[in-house]
Amino acid sequence: MRKKNHGGGLLAYALCYLAFLYVPVLFLPLFSFNQSVFIAFPLSGFTTQWYAQMLADDAMLKALGNSLVVGATTALLSTLLGLLAAKALTRYRVPGGAALLGFTSLPLFIPDIVLGISLLLLLNAVAVPLSLLSVICGHTLICVPFAITVLMSRLEGFDKSLEEASLDLGETGWTTFWRVTFPLALPGIISSLLLTFIVSFDEFLIAYFLAGNDATLPIYIWSQLRFPYKLPSVLALGAAILVASAVLVVFAEWIRSRGLEGRRAVMVGA
Amino acid sequence: MSEDPFLRIEHVTKRFADVVAVDDADLTIRRGEFFSLLGPSGCGKTTLLRIIAGFEFPDSGEIYCDGVRLTDEPANVRPSNMVFQSYAIFPHLNVFDNIAYGLRREHLTPSDLKVRVTEALAMIKLEGLGARWADELSGGQRQRVALARALVRRPKMLLLDEPLGALDRRLRETMQLELRALQKSLGITFVFVTHDQEEALSMSDRIAVMSGGRILQVATPRTLYEAPSCREVADFIGEMNFFSGWISARDGASAQIDLGALGSFNVVAPQSAGTRVLVALRPEKIMLSDAGVKGSVSAAAFLGERSHYFVKVESLAEPIAVAVQNSALTPGHAVGDIVHLAWSADALVILPAD
Amino acid sequence: MLSLSKHGAQARGLKVTGEMDSVGSGRDGFGERLERFYRRSEGARGLTLLSPTMVVMLAALAAPLALLALYSFWSQNGYALDTHLSLGQYAQSFGRASYRALLYRSLVISSLVTLITVALAYPMAYFVAFRVGRAKFVWLILLTIPFWTSYLLRVFSWKLILGYNGVINSGLMSLGLIHQPLEFLLYNPTAVVVTLAHAWAPFAILPIYVSLEKIDRSLLDAAADLGDGPVRRFFRITLPLSLPGVIAAAVVIFVPTTGDYVTPALVGGSDGVMIANIIEVQFDKVGNWPLGAALAMASMAAVGVVTLVTVLALRAAVRRIR
Repeated sequence: MRKKNHGGGLLAYALCYLAFLYVPVLFLPLFSFNQSVFIAFPLSGFTTQWYAQMLADDAMLKALGNSLVVGATTALLSTLLGLLAAKALTRYRVPGGAALLGFTSLPLFIPDIVLGISLLLLLNAVAVPLSLLSVICGHTLICVPFAITVLMSRLEGFDKSLEEASLDLGETGWTTFWRVTFPLALPGIISSLLLTFIVSFDEFLIAYFLAGNDATLPIYIWSQLRFPYKLPSVLALGAAILVASAVLVVFAEWIRSRGLEGRRAVMVGA
Repeated sequence: MSEDPFLRIEHVTKRFADVVAVDDADLTIRRGEFFSLLGPSGCGKTTLLRIIAGFEFPDSGEIYCDGVRLTDEPANVRPSNMVFQSYAIFPHLNVFDNIAYGLRREHLTPSDLKVRVTEALAMIKLEGLGARWADELSGGQRQRVALARALVRRPKMLLLDEPLGALDRRLRETMQLELRALQKSLGITFVFVTHDQEEALSMSDRIAVMSGGRILQVATPRTLYEAPSCREVADFIGEMNFFSGWISARDGASAQIDLGALGSFNVVAPQSAGTRVLVALRPEKIMLSDAGVKGSVSAAAFLGERSHYFVKVESLAEPIAVAVQNSALTPGHAVGDIVHLAWSADALVILPAD
Repeated sequence: MLSLSKHGAQARGLKVTGEMDSVGSGRDGFGERLERFYRRSEGARGLTLLSPTMVVMLAALAAPLALLALYSFWSQNGYALDTHLSLGQYAQSFGRASYRALLYRSLVISSLVTLITVALAYPMAYFVAFRVGRAKFVWLILLTIPFWTSYLLRVFSWKLILGYNGVINSGLMSLGLIHQPLEFLLYNPTAVVVTLAHAWAPFAILPIYVSLEKIDRSLLDAAADLGDGPVRRFFRITLPLSLPGVIAAAVVIFVPTTGDYVTPALVGGSDGVMIANIIEVQFDKVGNWPLGAALAMASMAAVGVVTLVTVLALRAAVRRIR
């Protein structure tokens, strides 16, 4: 490997950088166990009362339920659409494929506020009332690029002859999908489901514009930020969400890489 | 092997964008034949194989198998099975399930299925390895699994796309013999694609030599070697010397050919007097003797059972390649030695001039 | 047994034709020819597979944006929408000094955030690409996790940190370093920049890492062999070759940040308001949707122009280096 005499300085920088990334966020769980209602030093003792308070809040639980529904639906829809698109773009020579791929990535480059208000205009124009459904639409829009990226990277390492071999052995296009493509793409599919779920679950602005009377969890949190005495229980909620998100992300990445490692040697061919 | 036509490819043409991959290919393959498509990379042999298999559809032309028109049929209903260049072993199934994959549609009972798969494993000499996974197998083993998976369906025709390319030389030679023996014992038609002319010559009943999408010549290995029909085929198969000459006189079927400094010879050729021709001569048909065309050795290589020499002859731009069988009696020659080259007239192959 | 005798073929529904049959004999109907075209054309199959996603994207992205553009040319007359096309909203967006200033401030804040984030992220990405061996996966996961956690919560935690009674102030006071809380930490553009730089950090690392990882190590070895020291190698080879990743990271950060709503709303105060906040006000409280639309279009145009100019300038600069 390369000479490591400059490694020390860079390593120190890297560790500081990691600290910079994590420490600000770690204050959330820290103060969620703090006795005082004020988020300030010095710490005044350990308590789990804020967690209990959070769990007893019906409005919060309802918003949590809404977010789970919206997240799950968004994950399924965007992964399905992403899978079809990724398959089309990696497996076939589609005319204008690069342009179409660019078009599907567009939501990543447009500010959420613009996406939110333009969808609001559309729904208003066709007289569709705002509800969790409209939130699902908006979230699916921003999640499809993520799904396509994850699934394309998974499908690109795919030996094209595997599907041809299946056809040659008597299967139709549809049965080939179920017997060969789907099982091999499964790690990518699971990873995409998890990641799009998290994106939807945590998304605030588009949901804020498109939700009707039902709040998602981020909308609920936003509404609580005005009340100082409610802050600690919001912290408790925030800490819980952070931990859950982190666990899901690690799991999603682990599945995705596991799929790649084990079969990589064979995927590439002879 | 009977003479009856089994697979007919009629005037098949296939284009990809502006490239003509297969140009008016016309071919008849006989039942039970080991047939090879031979040519350099990009000559269209793999495309033609894929058209036979049903993964590509021709822009024009027809394919018939046993009288049935296959041209537009998708791959999954065709009576052929294919061994892919990358083997395409399913990584999420073990060896047994890989081989059993194509038998699902036959709705066999589990015990019948087991019998068929075990039979197939025995045929490729991988008994007992049914539980292994693809990444636990060597390249040669994976190749056999691909073979078994195709053959277990008892197809009328087996298509092989450069299946031995990734194997090392020893293994490749063993597999060549095994494949040939397998084909003979099963009696089914094999269509084999390769760029290795030695491989094609050793295994095939007949070979189609392709270049630039066109089929140049279809013949037995011996005929291709002894009587190539054009310069490209002559050049591709084995080593060849080329001279230019012209027909100086005719007498019925035979003609007098004038090779300038190399002399005049009496050959059987159809060209009329006065025509320029290309004459091809194999290096091993040239003998080093006491009389004949004089030249000096410009390069010499000792290859164990043979020696190769390049002999520079005055008035010829290119040196002549000579291959001589080594024995205790024939002395070796060193660079600079004066030698005399001689050959018999019927060793000359008369080709149309470029 | 697979047998393809004529009888067998008929039983399986295949067309059995005599030797004399030819293609396009006129027996093929339009449907059959369409089916054949579909099977032969890879492009057709690919497009069909792609179509559901494209339809959704057109409905959810193209149509709304078109409508947004349309609204920006309309006007709000009290409670009614005046659909006569006019440039009035654009005149307001660019005409009013406060809006211009807001747009300008948003671009400046966004540029600062981009510069800081990319500059800080580059050494980190370099570290993982060049100095880490087998633990690359672990480092990447650690760097990726914050990417996926709630943006709202991350901004919120900065509000807690920078506040009057917040973490920094109370910490410094309890340590006795200051006697009065620092007031300049929160509710100004600086707070916005710091918060955004923190929030966008993971976004910058990945593109830069990917382009660094792709650099052929033997290029560096060749340069060393030809006499370049480590610093020269970095500037002559590593940096130019990683520039596509840097530019990608910069664009991914700059464009959405200009339209950010949450951070200025939570930590910006009245000094740190950005264009997105004004747009939201038009939709939420004021009810002047055309103006909101025009402001949105104007800001996108401004961002687009700035991005294009910068990217072209950077690319030209890179070519000059080589």
